[in-house]
Amino acid sequence: MAKSKEQNGRITIKGELTIYTVAELKESLLAKLLTNDELVLDLSAVDEFDAAGLQLLIVIKRGAMALGRVFKITQHSPAVLNLLNLAGLTSLLGDSMLITPEIILEENLA
Amino acid sequence: MIPDEYLQTFVIESKELLEQMEEALLKVEQAPDDPEIINAIFRAAHTIKGSAGMFGLDHIVTFTHAAESVLDKVRSGDIAINSVLVASLIEAHDYLKVLVEHVAKGMSPSSEIDEYGKRLISQLETYLDKTKESESNPLTVVTPNANVEPVQTDVVGTDYWHLSLRFGVDVFRNGMDPFSFVRCLASHGTIVQLVTIIDAIPAAEDMDPESCYLGFEISLQSNEDKRTIENVFNFVRDDCSIRILPPHSKISEYQDLIHELPEQEMRLGEILVSCGTLTPEELESVLHFQSQCDEALQQPIGEVLVEQKMVSPPVIEAALKKQEQVKENKKAEANLIRVDAEKLDELINLVGELIIAGAGTNLIARRANMPDLIESTATLSRLVEEVRDSALALRMVQIGGTFNRFQRVVRDVSKELGKDIELIISGAETELDKTVVEKIGDPLTHLVRNSMDHGIESAEVRLSRGKPVKGSLKLNAYHDAGSIVIEVSDDGGGLNKEKILNKAIERNLVAEGANLTDKEIYNLIFEAGFSTAETVSNLSGRGVGMDVVRRNIQALRGTVDIESQEGLGSTIRIRLPLTLAIIDGFMVGVGNTVFVIPLDMVVECIELKAWTNDERDGQCLNLRGEVLPYRRLRDYLNTQGEQGQRENVVVVRYGDHKAGLVVDKLMGEFQTVIKPLGKLFQGEKGIGGFTILGNGDVALIVDVPSLMNQIEHEKAVEEMTVSRASRSYAEVI
Repeated sequence: MAKSKEQNGRITIKGELTIYTVAELKESLLAKLLTNDELVLDLSAVDEFDAAGLQLLIVIKRGAMALGRVFKITQHSPAVLNLLNLAGLTSLLGDSMLITPEIILEENLA
Repeated sequence: MIPDEYLQTFVIESKELLEQMEEALLKVEQAPDDPEIINAIFRAAHTIKGSAGMFGLDHIVTFTHAAESVLDKVRSGDIAINSVLVASLIEAHDYLKVLVEHVAKGMSPSSEIDEYGKRLISQLETYLDKTKESESNPLTVVTPNANVEPVQTDVVGTDYWHLSLRFGVDVFRNGMDPFSFVRCLASHGTIVQLVTIIDAIPAAEDMDPESCYLGFEISLQSNEDKRTIENVFNFVRDDCSIRILPPHSKISEYQDLIHELPEQEMRLGEILVSCGTLTPEELESVLHFQSQCDEALQQPIGEVLVEQKMVSPPVIEAALKKQEQVKENKKAEANLIRVDAEKLDELINLVGELIIAGAGTNLIARRANMPDLIESTATLSRLVEEVRDSALALRMVQIGGTFNRFQRVVRDVSKELGKDIELIISGAETELDKTVVEKIGDPLTHLVRNSMDHGIESAEVRLSRGKPVKGSLKLNAYHDAGSIVIEVSDDGGGLNKEKILNKAIERNLVAEGANLTDKEIYNLIFEAGFSTAETVSNLSGRGVGMDVVRRNIQALRGTVDIESQEGLGSTIRIRLPLTLAIIDGFMVGVGNTVFVIPLDMVVECIELKAWTNDERDGQCLNLRGEVLPYRRLRDYLNTQGEQGQRENVVVVRYGDHKAGLVVDKLMGEFQTVIKPLGKLFQGEKGIGGFTILGNGDVALIVDVPSLMNQIEHEKAVEEMTVSRASRSYAEVI
């Protein structure tokens, strides 16, 4: 099971970021997003990552944009990087830069 | 990594699927042209393969894949069903069952089993080889027609396949990961470009993280044929939209692709270009063609296809029908939920307690003499009764599933014995308690085998007796007086009374010269250590079994008896209570003791004096011209206490027999929760259990079947003595 350790706008996800954990994580991440201007997600300890996890990251990223908050993903673990590469979404979720709507659009098409 | 409960679900589901598969396999021999049956077999194999894949059970996947490939060929009509093929498919089914058993026990199969599996696979593969030649034109999706307009024959220049995937929302819930298909695809070629379509993901608040909203546009370089690539998506074909375009497809097909996909046309076109599937020029021509079409008429896609001579109307009709069927199937599935049997037991337990508590309240209300309260407790008890009935109904299952399993038994055993035997099933929709169904399987199997082995004669004997060569075995079930009756009948030789009696005497089961009725003689075969078969086959004939059968049935509070006609066959009749937990009871008083008689068995109540006037306390009374044996419960159960003013007779019926039980007091209906007797009292004849009354008192439940047996026995013995006596009297004369 994934455990998230929270610390002022920084969440570390451990273990699985998969279909088994996304429901729980979605709630906690969204809640966190509402109370913090900047949310940093540390994925260094994620050893399992699947399409459901990927979807969740996309949703949170978009949610942050809509709210005008900053959402950064750092320390991608190999499991995460692997899937991002396969999905061709490294540019969307691959670094911790601030994403604006325009950039997302372009990246989708790229 | 996989939680045990999921694996458990896999095992349960696989077993169910295997059962369906077996059922279908047995049917398919009779109806080789029914596409539904073949589809059922295919679906079962397919689903097992899919879920086995999820759990990484590669040996099951490999094996099922081989079976599935053959089935697929059958489905498409490339291979015709014949008995040899069915036999090997049944073998494959058995092997799968073994594999699933292994999974259930958490073991991996031994090398021996592995070897066997490999042999089966190669056996199945011989079917595939036969059809390889007929499969040599795999690439074409739509064969260009001579009438097709030139613009449509324009092909794009790309050497790559193009795959458009939109996954269904339930993909995750079905345990699949879209990326696993991508990885699988990568093993069939090189993925040139993959674009993940995330447009369908809704905003955070509307998004269910366990639903899948993803799609892929993939451009693939591969030398495989279309079927191979399609097969990658076997597991998700049902709930995903998958479009596969081979290299050099026609522009019109890309136009359709773009038209059909949910995303905006421009955006899709650009994705196609970015995938390297289309050049920008080609895209332009596609979009141009598209707009032309749009102007022409907004036709449904089906009609467009037909007009362009791509698909013929019958094909579309068939496809639509198929879609509807699939939808209906899904609906039916969705209406079922799986519940842990323990939860049901708990519910029934609680309902039992509720009934007892309700009876208590009722009693207090009566004592307090408050009409309002009495009325409301009456309503309450009616509701509780309904709750009870529906709680019990939850546990009811149709016996058909159990019966159908015997198709296989009959098929196998008749092959083994070299007899031609047909199984006829009736009353499959009769419902009974699930626990009973589970426990009746083994005894039934034994009876069925026994009938086939000993009952039905060999073909030569049958011919010489003027019977049809094909023997028939019937399984029948029906409800009767609060119990369910299951019959196993055969049209074989019937039981040989002489032989049974001689054997019984030889085995010291009865004394020589004992007076036995026909029924008693037949029932001797249920005694321990009894067997009359001259040859011991590996099915039956060892003398163990029939006594076990009877014990098992008795443990379910049931009875078993035999009816037989020499030369014509015999019928074994099992009578079981519908449920093991709660019954409607009829309360009677004898002295100070309260007894409960199952209401289903009560026919009527009469006053003893009004119907009989014999002072010598005869054993029978004349009930409207019918001889009714009666007994005093007081004498039977040794009850103490003052005798009542008026004696009443409760007429009970069990099976074909009626009898009267004389009691002091009739106390009316009572919902009875059956509690089993403690070990100390279990041997007690005539008492089936006890229950707790509303005032906390204990009432005993009368075991009508066993009482009835006793009465019947006495009566039969008496009759025989009478007939003997009259015979010897006649001889003297």
